[in-house]
Amino acid sequence: MVKPVIVNLTVNGEPVSRAVEPRLTLADFLRDDLGLKGTHVGCEHGVCGACTLRLDGVAVRGCLTLAVQCEGAAVETIEGVTERGVLKDLQDEFVARNALQCGFCTPGMLISAGELLERNPLPSREEIREQLSGNYCRCTGYQSIVDAVETTARKRSGQNT
Amino acid sequence: MRLKPRAFEYVRAVSLQDVFAVLDSHGDEAKVLAGGQSLVPALNMRLAAPEIVIDMNAVAELRGIAVTGGMLRIGAMNRYAEVAASELVARHAPLLARAIPFIAHPAIRNRGTLGGSLCNADPASELPACALALQAMFHLRSSAGERSIAAEEFFAGTYTTVLEPTEVLVSVDVPLAAADSVSFFDEVARRQGDYAMAGLAACAVRRGGVLRDVRLAFFAVSDMPHLADAAMAEAEGQPAADLDVEAVCAALGKGFTPQEDLTTSGAAKLHLMKVLTRRALTAFAGGEA
Repeated sequence: MVKPVIVNLTVNGEPVSRAVEPRLTLADFLRDDLGLKGTHVGCEHGVCGACTLRLDGVAVRGCLTLAVQCEGAAVETIEGVTERGVLKDLQDEFVARNALQCGFCTPGMLISAGELLERNPLPSREEIREQLSGNYCRCTGYQSIVDAVETTARKRSGQNT
Repeated sequence: MRLKPRAFEYVRAVSLQDVFAVLDSHGDEAKVLAGGQSLVPALNMRLAAPEIVIDMNAVAELRGIAVTGGMLRIGAMNRYAEVAASELVARHAPLLARAIPFIAHPAIRNRGTLGGSLCNADPASELPACALALQAMFHLRSSAGERSIAAEEFFAGTYTTVLEPTEVLVSVDVPLAAADSVSFFDEVARRQGDYAMAGLAACAVRRGGVLRDVRLAFFAVSDMPHLADAAMAEAEGQPAADLDVEAVCAALGKGFTPQEDLTTSGAAKLHLMKVLTRRALTAFAGGEA
């Protein structure tokens, strides 16, 4: 039996200290130990993007990071992003454009698109597609998702939509 | 659905000494964790089941990008996104900056590392071919000391390198690109970020309109990155704007047969190698390379 390891981190701004098994992924830790179910677990090997979250400010896969690796780290999930309201316009645009149906991919889509808009405030549709190439949606066909990201970028930049 | 990997012990190394202490005592049963973008999937699927995982993410001496001794030195634990964003890399090894956007997806590039990719030695991965094209030198270290080895000697087969179980890749040196050097990177994949069906990392010097030091390194065509020696010799010393492209392409199949994979036949891969070579030579003939 492997001994649990104590890990101290912040999750959505709140300090958290827990004993975890080294093999526990960050995504499962957030969902099962902290009850933050917004981080979705799909393929569990880095392909689908449903578990994408922010680790020390950058978007990463929650299924490809171990919880035990997050000592001293700042993790932000879709719950934290929603609470801060920084993606409210993008979230509203997703609703307005029907950019989600089942919603499984949506948290990862929002985190990925949010990171793109921070780095590149007015991306082309091609750049949006490239950014979201690591996030699978099996319902929408992506068109409306790209529309929502593009419209949000234009509104933020004061351009006509 | 929690706890996919087999149980393992975890060591958070903060120095190379920490890493060597565990490798020396556990050998093959220990596995170093770099960016984790290949190792963690392998753990989740139990394709890898080490007794102990040594996390190198806090080892500062494995990071940094600097020009030293006339070479560009890149620490093994620099992440793809860091390498792609580096001004030093853009100036001195533009091939790497061209290649990295082809690797997987942004969230993977935020986490995956140069050294992790090289040591994983996936035959379809981009950076081993870049290292071969750029004639990179790899610095390997263990508790017994350091040795340096050329990229051409490092790769030994599918997921296989000459790295000993007690050794770690610490940094990679890349010769500084000359002012008149040109580079090209492209791959053919079914979707953005997918594994390539075939890919090419190429560089050369274009001096007085003539191509010198032509390097054509292919990936996803064999069990390790493949340097197309005969085709390189065919292009060497030729005028960039007026060379016999088809003769270079014909030489790709001299003494080399691409290995088929699950989706792509060897003949299709050879065809794609020619397509990529034409694109590279066209780029080298024009201004944008």
